[in-house]
Amino acid sequence: MTYDNIREKLTANFGEQVSYEEQYDMLNVTLPAELNLKLMQFLYDDEEMKFRFLTDLTATHFPDRKGEELNIIYHLHSLENNIRLRLKIYVPIETPDVFTATRLFAGANWMERETYDFFGVNFIGHPNLKRILNAEEMDYFPMRKEYTMEDPKRTDKDDEMFGR
Amino acid sequence: MRPVQYNTNSKVKMVDLPPGYAGEGFYATSFDKVVGLARKNSLWPLPFATSCCGIEFMATMGSNYDLARFGSERMGFTPRQCDMLLVAGTISKKLGPILRQVYIQMAEPRWVVAIGACASTGGIFDSYSVLQGIDQVIPVDVYVPGCPPRPEGIIDGILKLQELVGNESLRRRTSDQYTALMQSYGIQ
Repeated sequence: MTYDNIREKLTANFGEQVSYEEQYDMLNVTLPAELNLKLMQFLYDDEEMKFRFLTDLTATHFPDRKGEELNIIYHLHSLENNIRLRLKIYVPIETPDVFTATRLFAGANWMERETYDFFGVNFIGHPNLKRILNAEEMDYFPMRKEYTMEDPKRTDKDDEMFGR
Repeated sequence: MRPVQYNTNSKVKMVDLPPGYAGEGFYATSFDKVVGLARKNSLWPLPFATSCCGIEFMATMGSNYDLARFGSERMGFTPRQCDMLLVAGTISKKLGPILRQVYIQMAEPRWVVAIGACASTGGIFDSYSVLQGIDQVIPVDVYVPGCPPRPEGIIDGILKLQELVGNESLRRRTSDQYTALMQSYGIQ
């Protein structure tokens, strides 16, 4: 099982809707948001590929990419073939909606909550989509680039003190 | 040899008597000073340790530095038995209400030591998730600087606190000023 095989299989099933790129010796598959469950289910069910482990799920914010500001990233692992795959979905920041992967991978539950907590990605169908790491009364998504890293309410630390 | 005489060549230091009036078979001093003396030499610490300052605090409590030499009782891991809350480490905003709850559960009189830069000011964690000093949620008596402070620093901070405790007026906790301080933190 190589990346070329995977490419072939995916192209045969999903055609032009997905695109590929190899980055750091790992295959990136970019796909539209509405296709994420179908594609993961296909990778999961395929008798040869068997991508049955979700290693990681996170997001990135690109404020300059208009209409596709948020990038949701899935890291899949085929334990049997020892091969890894990266799935990327770009969604606009106004409607950051993707389907939840919790039906397929139970481990996605907390990872999706974390991604929601920090980036505000709305996982449609998630059983319990609420903040997991930050304080519940927090009213913004702190890892989005429009918010500063520093505590916005601080009064005693000025920029001069910290060499900014 | 009987009777056994203990500590005949001892270097154990006894606490000095507060100034007072002594005569044959009696000794008179003010109540404040006696209570202060008793309180300051038997502080019960409640450690609230979250990170590296906690490790330094453990060294302070261990045999090398041995905080017990200075009249500090054993650590009690329940707020109801303790009167000295030692906050050692970074307190995130999510942990803030829990720290406050622990403080509220302590009985008066109670004192708080903020050990290290994080507990005092947030330290290097100038971040959206970190409380910028525990004095935003509870009143603090002594701040110990350092990142983390050495055990000597923590001992110094506790000696400073003992000074405060020993000289505290018995009316302080019922004073208007103290009530106002508590109210500014929304306690009671």
